[in-house]
Amino acid sequence: MAKPSRRLLNRAWSSFKPLFDPQQPTRGPHDLGPAPVWSKTLSELIERHTIAVLVDNEPGVLARVIGLFSGRGYNIASLTVAPVNEDETVSRINIVTSGTPQIIEQIKAQLDRLVPVRMVRDLTLEGRHIERETALIKVVGEGADRREALRIADIFRARVSDTTIGSFVFALTGSPEKLDSFIELMRALGSVEVARSGVVAIARGGAAL
Amino acid sequence: MSNERMSGAEIVIKSLVDQGVDVIFGYPGGAVLPIYDALFKQNSIRHILVRHEQAAVHSAEGYARSTGKVGVVLVTSGPGATNAVTGLTDALMDSVPVVCLTGQVPTHLIGNDAFQECDTTGITRPCTKHNYLVKDGDKLARTIHEAFYVAASGRPGPVVVDIPKDVQFAEADYEPPHGRGHVSYRPQVDPDGDKVERAVALIAEAKRPIFYIGGGCINSGPRACALVTELIRRTGFPATMTLMGLGTFPASDKQSLGMLGMHGTYEANLAMHHCDVMINIGARFDDRVTGRLDAFAPNSTKIHIDIDPSSINKNVIVDLPVVGDVERVVERILARWTERNIVPDQPALDKWWHRIDQWRAVDCLKFTQSDEAAIKPQYAIKRLYELTKDRDTYISTEVGQHQMWAAQFYHFDKPFHWLTSGGLGTMGYGLPSAVGVQVAHPDSLVIDIAGEASILMNIQELSTIAQYRLPVKVFIINNEYMGMVRQWQELLHGSRYSESYSAGLPDFVKLAESFGATGLRATKPNEVDDVIAQMLAADGPVIVDMVVSKEENCFPMIPGGAAHNEILLGPNGQAEQEASEQGMVLV
Repeated sequence: MAKPSRRLLNRAWSSFKPLFDPQQPTRGPHDLGPAPVWSKTLSELIERHTIAVLVDNEPGVLARVIGLFSGRGYNIASLTVAPVNEDETVSRINIVTSGTPQIIEQIKAQLDRLVPVRMVRDLTLEGRHIERETALIKVVGEGADRREALRIADIFRARVSDTTIGSFVFALTGSPEKLDSFIELMRALGSVEVARSGVVAIARGGAAL
Repeated sequence: MSNERMSGAEIVIKSLVDQGVDVIFGYPGGAVLPIYDALFKQNSIRHILVRHEQAAVHSAEGYARSTGKVGVVLVTSGPGATNAVTGLTDALMDSVPVVCLTGQVPTHLIGNDAFQECDTTGITRPCTKHNYLVKDGDKLARTIHEAFYVAASGRPGPVVVDIPKDVQFAEADYEPPHGRGHVSYRPQVDPDGDKVERAVALIAEAKRPIFYIGGGCINSGPRACALVTELIRRTGFPATMTLMGLGTFPASDKQSLGMLGMHGTYEANLAMHHCDVMINIGARFDDRVTGRLDAFAPNSTKIHIDIDPSSINKNVIVDLPVVGDVERVVERILARWTERNIVPDQPALDKWWHRIDQWRAVDCLKFTQSDEAAIKPQYAIKRLYELTKDRDTYISTEVGQHQMWAAQFYHFDKPFHWLTSGGLGTMGYGLPSAVGVQVAHPDSLVIDIAGEASILMNIQELSTIAQYRLPVKVFIINNEYMGMVRQWQELLHGSRYSESYSAGLPDFVKLAESFGATGLRATKPNEVDDVIAQMLAADGPVIVDMVVSKEENCFPMIPGGAAHNEILLGPNGQAEQEASEQGMVLV
């Protein structure tokens, strides 16, 4: 009679997403290229990916995409959507997400399976691409802080979109990291409100989706 | 061709006729009255009136899984749609093609909390493959045709078409099916050539191979099952099947190791654990099958053939994914096998079979039935198999111990004859599903192997059976417990049988009689054969109350959180108390 030992049964394993034990070989003797790297810890395996999704511009399509992420427990760091072709029948959704390579692969496969999804592209995997985001930052302050805010805005090439005696609204477009730095600096100078657009992204070079 | 003008309700009927639908399962209500009116005025489509909308979907599933066609459901708005949700989720999990038409309040009332309104597309979005709300009558026919295409192509699944009442009344253009597929949904059916080549190479040099066969083979069609069978026979490899894949390869063949997984056979699970090449055809590495993932078939090279790319690398990282329809993939593998004139490594295979035969010799499904003791559930199902195997028998089941015993002791040599709720595990699936099968195959023997708890979940369908004089046989394995719940409580929760006793049971014999069916009961082993014979001799519906021993457990069993080689053979193993807390969490 096979009988599981307490040690075997007690071996901890994750309850939801499989975390592979690097000590256990899960692949066979046949050489089929490099094995997935399981020798890292989970946090080291988490990657940030920017994914472009072309969808039919129909009611409910955004709910399908968002429902997929919430229903299966995937992360959304940023999501933007707008129609992109001439007759507005196709929308482009730009998603920034994070996960292990296996999860990222699942996210793309699950997205591609949705009926109104025409194309899924992993811009992070496919090579060099440009990411841009716009932010509006409201800064309230007086005196030296106000002058300093204006000077930093100048360094970042942020535009002053609105001003009163005691406030500015800066508009800044750039990479998400650039926005992060600017917002961080403005926080010390009286930033009271931030609106960010979320990331839009496109691959470099002449090739189109 | 000029399009005809007709009412939305007439468009619905014409679309169904043009899709080759001959029977639909439904329940009327305020928001679908125009469609029921159109149904009244025609003779091409037969409507089966169920007694609950969940049962309508299960019946459509039974119809679909036993015929290979799309099952069709028609229900009303609000509660009609929400009642259908369990059935739709069941169809999604088990990849059954179903089109469910739901009525909706008139478009101008949508969002107003109108009577019997619910957000049908919102509620069913996560439990369907796709859904539609049709607000424009001119798009109605096109949408229904598209729904059939989506439901049946790629990995099949349920599709909901929500039709507001004003759209059913309004005149619009009818558009016949165009057969051009879909603009964005085009699943890959043909495999990549080099993947096939590499698969053939791996299969050819395997020393300890195993075929792991899933429900995708059955979804791919009868020819796919025949090709898979041919591949298994030509290689001489052992084959094991998932719960959903039973029947793909004949269970009576000596190359079949039976079912694998949590309640699979010892030989199947150990062969999976020790294999060097695993050929997964249309299965999805479900947690009931894999057990503990980091100890799942270590040291094996895994080939995964699946039509759904999202099934690849979802639970288990595979070495060679082959995306495509089983029929096309296996056809190509067989063609290359012949062209290259491959002969498997016979000495290695002989050694492998020798090991498997040793595992087989354990005889993991062994049980002893004494004449005086209560009927063993295994014995009842085994006798049922022996006495019905020579007929064209369809078996449906509910969910629980009886389902696993049916999978273990009823052997299927043909696909499409086994209907069970695998993924969702829906108690109450079996009876309505048997209704769907019997409607599709009026002259065949259709048996619902049930538990006394499960059967009560959709017992109202006895009324449907009575109305249409369907000769469905209900074979209740009655142990007066929710047996699988009781088993887990015994093994993992210190035998504290919290709420798992079936109190207040009806007298099933009288219940049968009240619906005009025959009621039979067996309480002793020597009555079993006679009761089954009486059941088979009856022309109409029968309920058999098979009173079995209360304490029987379903073995073999891989406890939650354990690996294949940690399989428990029972009975009375001491390991039960040792189950870990982590294991207990894992249902």
